[in-house]
Amino acid sequence: MKNLLLIAYLDLKESIRARWFIIYSLVFGGLIALFFIAGITESQVMGFSGLSRLLLMYIQVTIIILPIFILITTVRSISGDRDSHILEYMLSFPISLSQYYWGKVFGRFITVFLPVFMAMAIAIVYGISKGAAVPWSIFLLYTGLLFSLSSVFLGIAFFISSVVKSSEMALGISFFVWIFLLAFIDIALISLMLQNRMSEELIISLALINPMEIFRVAAISLFDPELTVMGPVAFYILDTVSQSVFVLFSIAYPMLLGIVFAFFGYSIFRKRDLV
Amino acid sequence: MIEVRGVTKKFGKTVSLDNVSIDFKKDDAVALMGANGAGKTTLIRLILGYYHPNAGTISINGMDPVKERVDILKHVSFVPQLPPPIKLSLDELIQYICSSSGVKKERIFHYANEMELDLKPNLGKSFFKLSGGMKQKLLIAISLAKESEIMIYDEPTANLDPKARDNFYRLLKEHEENKIALFVTHRLDEIKEIVNRQIYMDLGTIVSDECV
Repeated sequence: MKNLLLIAYLDLKESIRARWFIIYSLVFGGLIALFFIAGITESQVMGFSGLSRLLLMYIQVTIIILPIFILITTVRSISGDRDSHILEYMLSFPISLSQYYWGKVFGRFITVFLPVFMAMAIAIVYGISKGAAVPWSIFLLYTGLLFSLSSVFLGIAFFISSVVKSSEMALGISFFVWIFLLAFIDIALISLMLQNRMSEELIISLALINPMEIFRVAAISLFDPELTVMGPVAFYILDTVSQSVFVLFSIAYPMLLGIVFAFFGYSIFRKRDLV
Repeated sequence: MIEVRGVTKKFGKTVSLDNVSIDFKKDDAVALMGANGAGKTTLIRLILGYYHPNAGTISINGMDPVKERVDILKHVSFVPQLPPPIKLSLDELIQYICSSSGVKKERIFHYANEMELDLKPNLGKSFFKLSGGMKQKLLIAISLAKESEIMIYDEPTANLDPKARDNFYRLLKEHEENKIALFVTHRLDEIKEIVNRQIYMDLGTIVSDECV
């Protein structure tokens, strides 16, 4: 455990110094600042206003950019160390493979989750200082969803990183995974259904296994399910399943999926040649 | 003691090590030589437990380097041919080594001093930002501070100036007693005074193994 925490701590320190982390933090922090500057908290569109509207905007942008940020920054974690012979040296010390791998996973999780969460937390603090009403239920839900989304893409990234030997290939696969999952959210699913006459059960099933779609639907599930912004698949899901069950599913399923991917990644990392 | 028995390692269709059997005993100071692609580094990596052999077995003090890598690596020091671009600061790297291997920080400072590397003003710098020679000196200092039974050096002097090489060989001479020291090298003349065994490899096999 001591070595695992040491690896996590050192990975965290190394990441915080890296340029990508500064850009990553600036993007999410900058988004919140931009929303405030643009007066989003003062506007009212389709029933959303104040901090609720800001958080909704934030989460909708996050759906698109958080997965790819996590994938491209994490996917080189193992494969990059392997490419540059860092792994060869670092693993010449008595550190078990599980300590090294899981230490990297924990360290990297903190690195990717903290900036997105902190940006949201800063928005809340700033909103309070301006006297705005805080939508705590939305804040809590979004914290859970961000945690869950970070887990699943981190798990996928570590899986890719363990499977692929070169970091360039790992990056390519990351882009493919991101585009693929992005393509299968709501509108694209409906187009697919209409063009290929697929059954709605299949379309809903496809939506329910896609963590990005689940995140998207859950993010708007606290609002009026009649809203047209939700899209047909989201509407169907929320009309069929109770809101609380779906929210629980939307947090638990991606987390579980992330853990499964991370375990598969570890299993491959352990069984294959290390360098 | 290191026992390599009928080990074959393939990468795709390429046979990197072909049915190699060899033993290394205490007090062996071995120069491992051969052309590029002869299988020297593959053999070293198999001993370090990085590769799974396709056939054969490797045993270090009766243990399997893949399955019992942590127990084995407590007794192994390794210096790679090229220092990797580790982004940790020297302080963090030393912390990693001291904490994982139980090495005393003072020992690393002591050997760094012996290698004429002043660590203190560089502790906050990233390892990869040091010059090639400084990196190599630090890795050598760490390998000596670990006081391992098995020391593996893959072309360790490639980045060192003549003075640093002399320091390195002097320190090795003082420390190789009761140990196994493996040197992957292309320059036998440099290490002939500290080795007592020469092994030549070619195309994944051992072509000669002689005591000197």
